Amino acid sequence: MNSEHEVRPGSPDPDVWELRLYVAGQTPKSMQALQNLQRICEEHLAGRYRIEVIDLHKHPKLAKQDEIVAIPTLVRKLPDPIRRVIGDLSNLEKALVGLQLVPASTP
Amino acid sequence: MIGSTATERLSIPKARTGINGLDDITGGGLPRGRPTLVCGSAGCGKTLMAMEFLVRGATEFDEPGVFFAFEETPDDLTANVRSLGFDLEDLAARDKLAVEHIHVERSEIEEAGEFDLEGLFIRLGLAIDTIGAKRVVLDTLETLFGGFDNEAILRSELRRLFRWLKDRGVTAVITAERGDGTLTRQGLEEYVSDCVIQLDHRMHDQVSTRRLRIIKYRGTHHGTNEYPFLIDSDGFSVLPLSSLKLDHVASTERVSTGIERLDTMLAGGVYRGTSVLLSGTAGTGKSSIAAHMAAACCQRGERCLYYSFEESPQQVLRNMRSIGLDLAPWFANGMLHFVSTRPTFHGLEMHLATMFKHIREFDPQLVCIDPISNFVAVGTAGEAHAMLLRLVDYLKSRQTTAVFVSLVSGGKGFLEATEQNVSSLIDTWILLRDVELGGERNRGLHVLKSRGTAHSNQVREFVLTSHGVELRDVYVGPEGVLTGSMRLAQEAKEREAAEARRQAIARKRREIERRRQALSAQIAALRAEAESEELELELLLSAEEAVDRRLSDDRLGMAQSRRAEGDKEEEETA
Repeated sequence: MNSEHEVRPGSPDPDVWELRLYVAGQTPKSMQALQNLQRICEEHLAGRYRIEVIDLHKHPKLAKQDEIVAIPTLVRKLPDPIRRVIGDLSNLEKALVGLQLVPASTP
Repeated sequence: MIGSTATERLSIPKARTGINGLDDITGGGLPRGRPTLVCGSAGCGKTLMAMEFLVRGATEFDEPGVFFAFEETPDDLTANVRSLGFDLEDLAARDKLAVEHIHVERSEIEEAGEFDLEGLFIRLGLAIDTIGAKRVVLDTLETLFGGFDNEAILRSELRRLFRWLKDRGVTAVITAERGDGTLTRQGLEEYVSDCVIQLDHRMHDQVSTRRLRIIKYRGTHHGTNEYPFLIDSDGFSVLPLSSLKLDHVASTERVSTGIERLDTMLAGGVYRGTSVLLSGTAGTGKSSIAAHMAAACCQRGERCLYYSFEESPQQVLRNMRSIGLDLAPWFANGMLHFVSTRPTFHGLEMHLATMFKHIREFDPQLVCIDPISNFVAVGTAGEAHAMLLRLVDYLKSRQTTAVFVSLVSGGKGFLEATEQNVSSLIDTWILLRDVELGGERNRGLHVLKSRGTAHSNQVREFVLTSHGVELRDVYVGPEGVLTGSMRLAQEAKEREAAEARRQAIARKRREIERRRQALSAQIAALRAEAESEELELELLLSAEEAVDRRLSDDRLGMAQSRRAEGDKEEEETA
């Protein structure tokens, strides 16, 4: 998606969002989540995001490493702090709150 | 499989837990290849039981296991169970046991739409496959409910999880917190239909007791009682108490009590493996007799376990030394082992559990419990009785001779009753009592009963001397039973009377002698008199005869001078 150089740890580029979507196979929920994510990013983060999709069926060890329990899980690696949103992102409002793209004003 | 029974073979396959006692009450272990729910309140030992199930499986049954920790990190867990002697790092290095922490933090997660727990399944699957696990622990699955909002999804996923675990054929233990009025807070029991075990940590009179109960175990017989269990330096032990039967062997061997005359009273001592009760009021020397029995046991080269609930070992040693009984050598060479705790230190069940454990480990031939009276202070009399019953049965099944010391609170009527009503459990009952007479107290001992023994019926006076316990005959006479200095006084009095009688007899004898002598003197005198009279008479007689002879001689002479013819006529006329 994005071919920028890796951001150095000391000075993270606050403008680039690093997002990782964990799925397990090509399930409808996973496909749905990816679609929803792409839509959100285009809408709110056009040009400054990077999405990595990880299929845990292919890389099961990453599930432990990244502490994944629910599928699909979206992890915002950058900017800090790490945020996790689970589900197919069909609930747009919650997805935006989870990613802190909008302030969590409504409970 | 060791100790397999008919019921075990007929019922479903089981995986031995290796946990002390648990396999006995479950009839062989947990259902193999199925999930088992272990529920209980916080701090009741769920995690520990689950962990021991894995560790035993890995070390004793060659069944690797995976521990999925939802609450604690592997480091915490490793540190926590190290005190029980479980080295998780070593087991992990040998691929026998893996600990995986599943971190679910509500505040880090936002739910936006449909999800499932496939990530969890993948992780479980990977961990199981990596070490070829046969056993799995999920501790505590309910943490998931705190991590996710969508309960409907969670519940369907949990249902799927239990099915999945069964499909994988792993023997699983799932722990869960106890809820209000339900077995588990989240109703996990509805997913686990095979085996549910409840752990409980109860306070009774400020004393805690841990108990375990099998709530359900489909397809098998199991113990239904609440079983006390304990967690100590060796892990978890459950006490399968009611599995004891009254089928212990009865030895005919007699063991000495260490007091010669007491052995004589008991026709040679007590039978091995029987129970002896020493009861009496305070200060009657119960402990001293128990100590003698302990010393005699050690002297035979047998081990003795001495529970001293009121004195420290040093105190017992010192006190026994004062009556000339030196237990120190036995204590030093380990033949005599003291356990000194306050009875109120644990609950009754816990006491029993720890006692079983001590007995199992030390394997003594004699166990002294001094005193049993205080157990009542911990529980009710009924509980204390039940506990002692189990203890007696257990000791009998091991052919261990037991000595119970019971303090009886005063009053004549109570003397022959024990507070614990244990007399029916007891084979030999030795009663010690005060005999208060003449301003002093002395100790009396008698054998109230001794099953299978022609024991003495007599009361003995029991004296603590500087060289041990001695039994003496009491004075039984017209003045009643006397002991102590009264006995000594009475004995002196009797001695005096006997002396007086003896002297009187001697006097009489002397008199008889004197009279006999007087009589014989008299007889001698009379005889002498008679002899002299006789002599006189003889003399007279002989004089007369001499005269007579002379006269006839004269006559003859005259006749001769007158011629012979006239002699005849003269003689005839004369």
